[in-house]
Amino acid sequence: MTTLTDPPQESFKLSMLLNDSRYRSITMQVIALILLITAFWYLGSNLMANLRAQGLNISYEFLNSAAGYDINQTLIPYTSQSTNLQAALVGIINTLLVAFLACITATVFGVLAGVLRLSNNWLVRKLMSVYVEIFRNIPVLIWILIIYTVMTVSMPAPNAFRGETPTATMLFDAVAFTNRGVYIPAPIWGAGSMVVVATFFASLIGVFAYRRYATKLLFDTGRLLPMLWPSIAILIVPTVLMFFIMGSPIGLEYPALKGFNFRGGTQIGAPLIALWFALSIYTGAFIAENVRAGIMAVSRGQTEAASALGLRPGRVMNLVVLPQALRVIIPPLISQYLNITKNSSLAILVGYADITATLGGITLNQTGRAIECVLLLMLFYLIISLLISAVMNVYNNATRLKER
Amino acid sequence: MSDTHAKSVAFVRETTIPQSAPPMAASGPVLWMRTNLFATWSNTLLTIAALYVLYLVLTATMPWMLNGVWNTESLRACREVLDGTSGACFSVLTERWNQLLFGFTYPSELYWRPGLAFALLFVAAAPVLFFDLPRKLLFFTAIYPFLAYWLIWGGSVLYPLLALAGVVVGYLVYSKLVARNFAAGFFGGIAAAVAFIWIGGLLIPETASDNAMLEAVPSRDLGGFMLNMMLGVTCVSLSVPIGIALALGRQSDLPIVKMICVVFIEFIRGVPLITLLFVASVMLAYFFPPESTVDLFLRVVIMITMFSSAYIAEVIRGGLAALPKGQYEAGDSLGLDYPQKMRLIVLPQALKISIPGIVNIAVGLFKDTTLVSVISLFDIIGMIRGPILASTDWAGVYWELFMFAGALFFIVCYGISQYSQWLERRLATDHR
Amino acid sequence: MKKTVFLGALTVAGLAAGAAAAGTLDDVKARGKLNCGVTTGLVGFAAPDANGVWEGFDVGVCRAVAAAVLGDATAVEFVPTTGKTRFTALASGEIDMLARNTTWTFSRDTDLKFDFVGVNYYDGQGFMVPKALGVTSAKDLNGATVCIQTGTTTELNLADFFRKNNMEYEPVPIETNAEGQQQYLAGACDTYTTDASGLASTRAAFENPTEHVILPEIISKEPLGPLVRHGDNEWGDIARWTLNALIAAEELGITSANVAELGAAAGGSPEVNRILGTEGNLGEMIGLDAQWAMRAIAAGGNYGELFEKNIGEKTPIGLARGLNAQWTDGGILYTPPFR
Repeated sequence: MTTLTDPPQESFKLSMLLNDSRYRSITMQVIALILLITAFWYLGSNLMANLRAQGLNISYEFLNSAAGYDINQTLIPYTSQSTNLQAALVGIINTLLVAFLACITATVFGVLAGVLRLSNNWLVRKLMSVYVEIFRNIPVLIWILIIYTVMTVSMPAPNAFRGETPTATMLFDAVAFTNRGVYIPAPIWGAGSMVVVATFFASLIGVFAYRRYATKLLFDTGRLLPMLWPSIAILIVPTVLMFFIMGSPIGLEYPALKGFNFRGGTQIGAPLIALWFALSIYTGAFIAENVRAGIMAVSRGQTEAASALGLRPGRVMNLVVLPQALRVIIPPLISQYLNITKNSSLAILVGYADITATLGGITLNQTGRAIECVLLLMLFYLIISLLISAVMNVYNNATRLKER
Repeated sequence: MSDTHAKSVAFVRETTIPQSAPPMAASGPVLWMRTNLFATWSNTLLTIAALYVLYLVLTATMPWMLNGVWNTESLRACREVLDGTSGACFSVLTERWNQLLFGFTYPSELYWRPGLAFALLFVAAAPVLFFDLPRKLLFFTAIYPFLAYWLIWGGSVLYPLLALAGVVVGYLVYSKLVARNFAAGFFGGIAAAVAFIWIGGLLIPETASDNAMLEAVPSRDLGGFMLNMMLGVTCVSLSVPIGIALALGRQSDLPIVKMICVVFIEFIRGVPLITLLFVASVMLAYFFPPESTVDLFLRVVIMITMFSSAYIAEVIRGGLAALPKGQYEAGDSLGLDYPQKMRLIVLPQALKISIPGIVNIAVGLFKDTTLVSVISLFDIIGMIRGPILASTDWAGVYWELFMFAGALFFIVCYGISQYSQWLERRLATDHR
Repeated sequence: MKKTVFLGALTVAGLAAGAAAAGTLDDVKARGKLNCGVTTGLVGFAAPDANGVWEGFDVGVCRAVAAAVLGDATAVEFVPTTGKTRFTALASGEIDMLARNTTWTFSRDTDLKFDFVGVNYYDGQGFMVPKALGVTSAKDLNGATVCIQTGTTTELNLADFFRKNNMEYEPVPIETNAEGQQQYLAGACDTYTTDASGLASTRAAFENPTEHVILPEIISKEPLGPLVRHGDNEWGDIARWTLNALIAAEELGITSANVAELGAAAGGSPEVNRILGTEGNLGEMIGLDAQWAMRAIAAGGNYGELFEKNIGEKTPIGLARGLNAQWTDGGILYTPPFR
């Protein structure tokens, strides 16, 4: 059925593909698509031709064969007989571990330096500027190498703890700082220790419940309950009580020098510490700038208005300045976290077994499966980055200025 | 008036007392120290802590630095000179100076060429960085890439001349066609340039480089800090146009184009540069035609350019998004088509906003060029970790070398970031 | 040989097209240069000197092949490769041969599609410890922290050795030899393990070499040799027989000093004559001229001379011939006959 209002159909001319804006966008897209497909086809056919010429093939079989090498720091069970896939998993966990630790300490360094850069103490302000400028303007690779060298050369070797007159001593006979890592006491979970742990978690929940209750009370009635001391009390007292009631079930295993190394306790390897520290102090300089910018972005009028309302300085910071500054600080902060995760791939320089060093390093070397390993490596980092970006988007949407 | 008092009061001062200096505590260095260093108790504590840290750092480094040895042949000789005292062996820097700057295979009699190219870089970059300079200098900027290429790689002058001529031809075709249609001019210009260069390339004899004015140097022989500079400059300047294209593509309302750009940008931004360099070193060779080999330097340039163009695209996208919607609508209402609107109204403003961001990316990228040492290119870090520390003469010298490399990067990056801040202040004045 | 494609100024820097199908030999001849993959720097085997000239034992093999094929021992482009990039560089045609302390293993020869053309150094993985540690055998290393240079077969050998002996250890993987040295000297690891030749070369660079010992146990077989791509047998033959010529030259008493004299006219020894091209047509059989082996030997001397000059007992590295002596001297160097 036709309607009379239809304009008379123009005859289609070829030049309309370019000149008529109704068709032009389609033309452009078709051209783009064709170019893309051609490019992929070209690269793919080159790849196939090259592989065929050398009698190679793309295969992920190697992931299931035994890796054959040992890794010095594993959070999951791993031996040299485990598969390459397990080695890659160890690497993934190590990457996540160092990234997580570095994110926390980098934030601490960054916030500290950022706040101190705004301090009214001239010396401190200048020192912090020097810190920020030096670390921002020298490549992270050089920092990692320098810090690793500092660790190995200036820390004592376990040998220094030996003999009649050792040149190095353990801290409180419990913690040993060596150039192979830091050895700290490890807890021994005796019978009944689970009860203590359970109590601890229960009191953690209790603290949250108390704080919620206090806030609700404040909003409903205006009565202000003390926050800090009761929280600490709720957190500590039941756990300590339970610890003694159960008869001290949790002991400590101290590290001691046996054979070549310290034995017992928990070892935090030197590569981990070097990478962790290098990444956090480097990224801390960037975060310091973000923090400074965030605090300066809150106009002085806000602080003055809050003071005029009679808020105490602490509350001015907590209730007025920080919530506004955070909106400016958090997005670049999260992209700094992303940078830490990506920069942790430099672990290879300090011998830390992250994913780049296991899958992209030793496994690649031993199996020669370069294409497969590099693809898997990129896939992993891509997934991590997309996850972090997703978190960032959720946060941005949640804290967006609610405009009318 | 004063006369009336003269009789009734014993003494009236008729001139002002000469100003006396304010009390010690309220002026000069003392006041400054009181307000800036010892204002409160906590402030005093902070000052003391800071002084202590300074003291620790200085006592640890100063004797070592001041006691440095500058003129020995090897670490062993240096240690003999030091004779057990603490001191730096800076002689590694003087002895390996050329290697640190130019790598170990660049012919030593040709060092003046990259040196000259480096000096000319400032001349070429000046009109881009400082708007007050005469616009005519941009002419030199346009020639610079070809000149620098010829200086550094040498070989027959015909190749860079041909490339330059190709670009000129492309520009002429573009300016002829652009009056009718931007797309026709743009693509026509590129096609003309490529065709011209292609045909010209067939005409240049294979032996052209044999008796060239400047001896040809293969790109494998480049190294040291020169390599970092070259990678940084080349990749940033290549990635700005690509970044603009990607940013426009991401903002465009053509779904397929937009999707391609988004996937590319997010993919590149999602992976560390080092994996892209692994791609360059172990994978990319498989994607070129079987009978050709593309050398590592070019593969690395390709990957780093892709990397930085994705980041620059995001900065420019920020600039595009920051423009008021009215600007776009104004362009539309004037009846401009898309290329005109972008070229004449949107991009000039958006790029201006994005310049500080682009400079930041450039600094970051320049620092990241050190990563090429991981894939066996001998940039300054590669030189240090490879040939210098592996040699029997200098095995065991770390601090001096790392400090030197760090200082070089600091000078360049700090300089650029100071420029960026100056630029930000400059640009900010226009908005007031 | 396809004509070089010229695509703008950038491509001049990189795109050097050559036809792989035509064979590596033709490529090398057309290019006038041999692309030889070496390490990024291991003193004695392949390292640039202060003037940037590559020197070393592996470098000598590259130069010999270049001399045989191109008639010019300096017509070599040395491409530094890491443990990670070396195989791709060879497979993708970036280099024509790889002479980089590469261990001849089954999977590299078959799965990775390479051809090892022989062995230029019989090595084995060993351990170095400070004398002060009081360790005399690798079996005493239970619980030790071990520095390993990654990117070689060393990690696998190490894991196998400790597993076989039911011992524990803590590996510290190291990227470069210089960093391994730094870790080891600072005491961050008790022992440093890599090929025994590498240990000797590393120890030679120490301030006090005598304070460190290399333990007697050799835990693996490491036949190191040059390799080429699988499938191009003509090129493989040239590399193989150039290496063999160097070894045979030592056995037959041909040195860089007397090679010109011996090669001037046919002499009393038929095999020497055949190698030097004064008798028979061996050169023609592998697609080269008659003087190929003469040039290869003249380039840096025979196997023994290369050894003495780069890694022998008179050098700081100070390696004894050991297994790498001629079979007539109690070693296992034994070339097939040239006939």
